Amino acid sequence: MALDDDILFDMHRRMLRIRLFEEAAGRLFEGARMPGFIHLYVGQEAVAAGVCAALRPEDQISSTHRGHGHLVAKGGDLNKMMAELMGKETGYCNGKGGSMHICDLDLNMLGANGIVGGGVPIAVGAGFANKYRDDGAVSVVFFGDGASNIGAFHEAANMAAALKLPVLFVCENNEYGEFTSRDRSMAIADVVERASGYGIPGTIVDGMDAAAVYETALEALEHCRSGAGPSFIEAKTYRFYNHHGVQTLGLPYRPDDEVASWQARDPIDGIEARMAEAGIMTADQAAAVRAEVQAAVDEAVEFGESSPMPNPARLLDDVYTEAAQ
Amino acid sequence: MTITEPAAGTRELKYTAAFNEALHQLMAEDGDIFVAGEDVGIGGVFGSFAGLTAAFGERRVVDTPIAEQAIVGLGIGAGVAGLRPVVDLMFFDFVMVAMDQIANQAAKLKYMFGGKARLPLTITTNGGAGLSAAAQHSQSLEAFLCHTPGLKVVMPSTPYDMKGLMISSIRDDNPTIVVKSKMLLGVSGPVPEDMYEIPLGTASILRPGEDLTVVSYGRMAQESLVAAEQLAADGIDCEVIDLRTVQPLDIDTVIESAKKTNRIAIVHEAVRFGGLGAEIAAQVQEHAFDYLDAPIGRVGAPFSPVPFSPSLEADYVPNAERIGRELRETIGRPLPGS
Ligand SMILES: Cc1ncc(C[n+]2csc(CCOP(=O)(O)OP(=O)(O)O)c2C)c(N)n1
Ligand SMILES: [Mg+2]
Repeated sequence: MALDDDILFDMHRRMLRIRLFEEAAGRLFEGARMPGFIHLYVGQEAVAAGVCAALRPEDQISSTHRGHGHLVAKGGDLNKMMAELMGKETGYCNGKGGSMHICDLDLNMLGANGIVGGGVPIAVGAGFANKYRDDGAVSVVFFGDGASNIGAFHEAANMAAALKLPVLFVCENNEYGEFTSRDRSMAIADVVERASGYGIPGTIVDGMDAAAVYETALEALEHCRSGAGPSFIEAKTYRFYNHHGVQTLGLPYRPDDEVASWQARDPIDGIEARMAEAGIMTADQAAAVRAEVQAAVDEAVEFGESSPMPNPARLLDDVYTEAAQ
Repeated sequence: MTITEPAAGTRELKYTAAFNEALHQLMAEDGDIFVAGEDVGIGGVFGSFAGLTAAFGERRVVDTPIAEQAIVGLGIGAGVAGLRPVVDLMFFDFVMVAMDQIANQAAKLKYMFGGKARLPLTITTNGGAGLSAAAQHSQSLEAFLCHTPGLKVVMPSTPYDMKGLMISSIRDDNPTIVVKSKMLLGVSGPVPEDMYEIPLGTASILRPGEDLTVVSYGRMAQESLVAAEQLAADGIDCEVIDLRTVQPLDIDTVIESAKKTNRIAIVHEAVRFGGLGAEIAAQVQEHAFDYLDAPIGRVGAPFSPVPFSPSLEADYVPNAERIGRELRETIGRPLPGS
């Protein structure tokens, strides 16, 4: 199918922003320059980029513990993200949330989540608000294959279908939940089978192919906007790094050749090859975009590192919303 | 029972290894014990379950889907049906995901059934802050559990206690939650090789003293001990009590000590408001009001979620220095200038 060139450029840039941001964050974490836990999104970029390229600004997204990619794809500010990951005052959450709670309500990004499945019912609530206001917006929820095993997902999926809410479920099936493979935690081959049990139309898409994700998402979003209720996409993808941290190979729970076979389908290489073939981007142009994004990431690291730690006097701020003065 | 310390020369084990050894020995002894939870087959996220699959196979070491309600339910059903389940919830915060099964089901089965059910269920988890793991991976939620009749809640502070309390918890015929302190996982201490029990509901006295009773449990018991040693250098002699289990609560040991020292403070990592400290303070004033020479002190976390940033988290979680400062206030001897 013919895709507009600018959509390809757009997705390419979104994916590079995710990749280079994550690589930088991973290096900082490895060098003990970043506290806490870090769940990197590298390998799955085509899913966030493809879906978010198909969204309108008013559409909401909800995310997971592996949430940096979703926020970057929705247009997140790299400086504020990096500062948040470092626990700095200038970060998205003033240093109070960190990697697992990163969010940008102004971009309608309703937050990463430390509780697996925790974001799914919340996304359904946002979908309810959209329908209530009849504003045409769709609430999109990203979640993992592992999350599709938890009750919160099932209750929320059924409710979204029963109430015919504009919610797009995007399951990023990367074949593992932590160190347990998908086939050991469910007796079905495709997560999308679960959607049909709730009467939600579902599609499987190659999550390493941004263009395919984009087109599938556009169609699914159209369904949601039409008032027909929720839709479901299962994106088959893979995380290149370990569940947590930066190790790639030599992990006891997955074979190295499996990792290599997915790396051979790197979604950024994929889109660059496609664009080169179509004659719309030369290697030099690709390198120039990469350099530009790298500069933005370097600036974000610099911004984060030079930002102050939170003011201790603000520890107890924001537990409650104060009554308007 | 009065064993509070292993014999001199006992080999050392880490806190996690003591937990692990208790499981190995119990599973070898009782074929009805099985372990289930997320990633336990590969040893669990902190290695607490290492080696169990190799020793006992997948029949008895069960990797579950991510499904905390069903994990606890699995333990309840299997327990009522005659097995002795150990189920793991990885982080204390995830206990809240399973709270219906824990509080509405497990805790009340025996009572609601007129005594006819027996529920030998142990739930294990990892609690506490200190790793910049933020608001959903750092909590100390024991007050929720202690407020629920029917549950037992165990919070060991040493490798020795960990092993003995694990053995008692698993052999106990009631739903029992064993909370490891994440920050203690790598701490070593003497642990006897043989199996031994520490009865649930028996506190230990970590340090005898005359001036002030300091009551704590879990990681804060060890921080309180450090604070007590620092205060000793200034001539303040604290008696540090480690409750070891917070439900049942060994209030007798606490009251006896308060009657001796006439001053008491409670230290926990959980939010101060509505925490165990409030319950203990209330019971102490009921039973030892006339003995008290000062208002009862309470050290705990401030009233907010656990912040992510290391700098905020360091201010949030009590440490020896802050405990020492607050104990000085309890005893009316604040540091000059403070
Ligand atoms: C309720 C809950 N249970 C367990 C965890 C620990 N945990 C964090 S991520 C994860 C795996 C999630 O797998 P999946 O949904 O497939 O997402 P992925 O990590 O593959 O992106 C687990 C078990 C958690 N954070 N919350
Ligand atoms: Mg997964």
